[in-house]
Amino acid sequence: MSESKSAKSGGTAGSRAGGTEGAATSARIGVLKTYKLFVGGKFPRSESGRVYEVTDSKGNWLANPPLASRKDARDAVVAARKAVGGWSGATAYNRGQILYRIAEMLEGRREQFIGEVAAGEGLSRAKAAGRVDAAVDRWVWYAGWADKIAQVAGGANPVAGPFFNLSSPEPTGVVAVLAPRRCSFLGLVSVLAPVIVTGNTAVLVPSEERPLPALSLSEVLATSDLPGGVVNVLSGRASELGTPLAAHQDVNAIDLAGAGPELARDLEIAAADNLKRVVRPAPDREPDWRGDPGTARMLPFLETKTVWHPVGS
Amino acid sequence: MAFDVFEYAPAPESRAIVQLAPSYGLFIDGEFRESSDGKVFKTVAPASEEVLAEVAQGSAKDVDAAVRAARAAFPKWSALPGAERAKYLFRIARVLQERSRELAVLESLDNGKPIRETRDADLPQVAANFFYFAGWADKLPHAGYGPDPRPLGVAGQVIPWNFPLLMLAWKIAPALATGNTVVLKPAETTPLSALFFADICRQAELPPGVVNIVTGDGPVGAELVAHEGVDKVAFTGSTAVGKSIARTVAGTAKKLTLELGGKGANIVFDDAPIDQAVEGIVSGIYFNGGQVCCAGSRLLVQESVAEEVLDALKRRISTLRVGDPLDKNTDIGAINSAAQLARITELADAGEAEGAERWSPHCELPSSGYWFAPTVFTHVTQAHRIAREEIFGPVLSVLTFRTPDEAVAKANNTPYGLSAGVWTEKGSRILRMAQQLRAGVVWSNTFNKFDPTSPFGGYQESGYGREGGRHGLEAYLDV
Repeated sequence: MSESKSAKSGGTAGSRAGGTEGAATSARIGVLKTYKLFVGGKFPRSESGRVYEVTDSKGNWLANPPLASRKDARDAVVAARKAVGGWSGATAYNRGQILYRIAEMLEGRREQFIGEVAAGEGLSRAKAAGRVDAAVDRWVWYAGWADKIAQVAGGANPVAGPFFNLSSPEPTGVVAVLAPRRCSFLGLVSVLAPVIVTGNTAVLVPSEERPLPALSLSEVLATSDLPGGVVNVLSGRASELGTPLAAHQDVNAIDLAGAGPELARDLEIAAADNLKRVVRPAPDREPDWRGDPGTARMLPFLETKTVWHPVGS
Repeated sequence: MAFDVFEYAPAPESRAIVQLAPSYGLFIDGEFRESSDGKVFKTVAPASEEVLAEVAQGSAKDVDAAVRAARAAFPKWSALPGAERAKYLFRIARVLQERSRELAVLESLDNGKPIRETRDADLPQVAANFFYFAGWADKLPHAGYGPDPRPLGVAGQVIPWNFPLLMLAWKIAPALATGNTVVLKPAETTPLSALFFADICRQAELPPGVVNIVTGDGPVGAELVAHEGVDKVAFTGSTAVGKSIARTVAGTAKKLTLELGGKGANIVFDDAPIDQAVEGIVSGIYFNGGQVCCAGSRLLVQESVAEEVLDALKRRISTLRVGDPLDKNTDIGAINSAAQLARITELADAGEAEGAERWSPHCELPSSGYWFAPTVFTHVTQAHRIAREEIFGPVLSVLTFRTPDEAVAKANNTPYGLSAGVWTEKGSRILRMAQQLRAGVVWSNTFNKFDPTSPFGGYQESGYGREGGRHGLEAYLDV
């Protein structure tokens, strides 16, 4: 607590996320932001009233984001489920445009995210800028996938009979995502974008220690024409939130990217209860999110539907 | 009965084409051997309860030996040029075709399903699956899984009793084509065709250890999926067992695909061609005696034509012939086991107890064996167990609807999601329904059609992963 007090009493709030003025010498006191959850397109506090302390990589206080509860997780699932029909029913072109819009909005707030990523991950400004730029580019990359994945993952099947037969991928529904713990923004975007681009909705649990970029991303999503509920963001403990999400009967899939091996195993066991589609965490260490993502994070959240019809006159 | 006038003469298929040995061992590392502890079990013909043969009951030690044999065979098998691996699969496909009548009779004997089905559906599909995946073996870089997709290693495969040899083909053909080796456990009540398949592997000169067959009961399957030397688990069977397998492999690196239960809705609109729809309803629920995971076990019929459809349906069901599976006239054979018969009976009784109206045609059932008359329940509500639970027998639950939206809501009101049927002459409605139905396979103006090129598998609690087609390769590749 003493460290956090020093950060506050120093009056250098501007050094926190987004502050680039270097305002230490200025007389003006910065306006701090209260970070909130993002559920159903709104920005509530946790119903539990709890918050927790988030510091930068050196231990200086950054913010008191909500410590989301099991109830918040359930509310988020309800919001995500409500959004499935509209979002999966939107045209792929429309979804692609909205993802591209997210990139546009992000680009405009680049400085803020660089500040948050640098503070949270202890990166130099240049390195943090590299991560943020890569994250913006990743939204653009996935935006382009919206109206292509069906052609890559589906197709006509030449059955031995007089039948029209077509396989098409469809979104699985509501996906719980435990975002990577270390790479708090590029990693987060790398697991979130592939889930929603195909029409799924998401309940996202960002890095427990570094949730601020995710919570700020909510503000971007809210102004990008993304329908409310498509992405819901819950800051808090992965262990506390993962359990109700993995066991939730109205969640169709779970990405365990941010779970350690033991938690991942426990959640995979809980997920078996309604046979959620499970993406396991990388076996050894968190992957380098800068590489070409391929289709590996889109396909697990797609169902292949095959339609038959007789051919005749 | 007016039909008595036209009573069919029996037309039995000769069973002389099948030479059954008194006992069969496990097929491990290219050889048949006894179980390590010498235990055996009997497999019976469900149509007569006649004991067909004694079969080795695999032990944990046997499972271990089989996995080791598969592990040992893996480096060479996976390193074979795809074109050479393909030739083994082509050979197997050819021998399957050559021996298809023998295998059809064997399957009818051990499973109880009509020879008409094993001869015209199961066996042609079995060979077709090997032909199809044989062709993939040397074309994997073009399958959309990267320039050099690698096999996973040893595949542990557990299959059900409803399509014993066809499920074996769905499992083994893609596994071998992609360069994996296999330990397969057939169902306890239908082990014979898998053991005959072992002999086909011998005739095709498949290298020892590439395919291993371990017969036995559920615990043997559990042993196999939990074995540390297994890299891939593929299971077809009940949702309950599928969930327990998913828990077993949690936290491991094993890749898992599951093809589980269903409660398929077959939806008939008022503009459907009624006669064709009735044929589709019948094949949807009485094909293989309804012992089909993708059976159209819930008929949703539009209220305005419900009476007409039901009258026609009952008329048609009254002409179905239930009896000797080896009789070429038989439409519905025996239920596979006493246990399955008990389950069907229990659920049908629950249907009656919960207030649904039960109907079966007049039909005489044989005095020995396991039999259940084709049954239709009307006045079924969505809350009834017979509308929610998989019965896996010749029992149809009929519900009605008024609007397409109501049909969709009712059809999707299930934790399963394997199959659905839509009957209407209106094209735009078919496509809309197909879009809205949460099911892995949608048959429109047809039902229960299968093809090696056509991906098959479920949404939700019907499992995950697809079998068949290009999609079916993914389950056996490290991608």
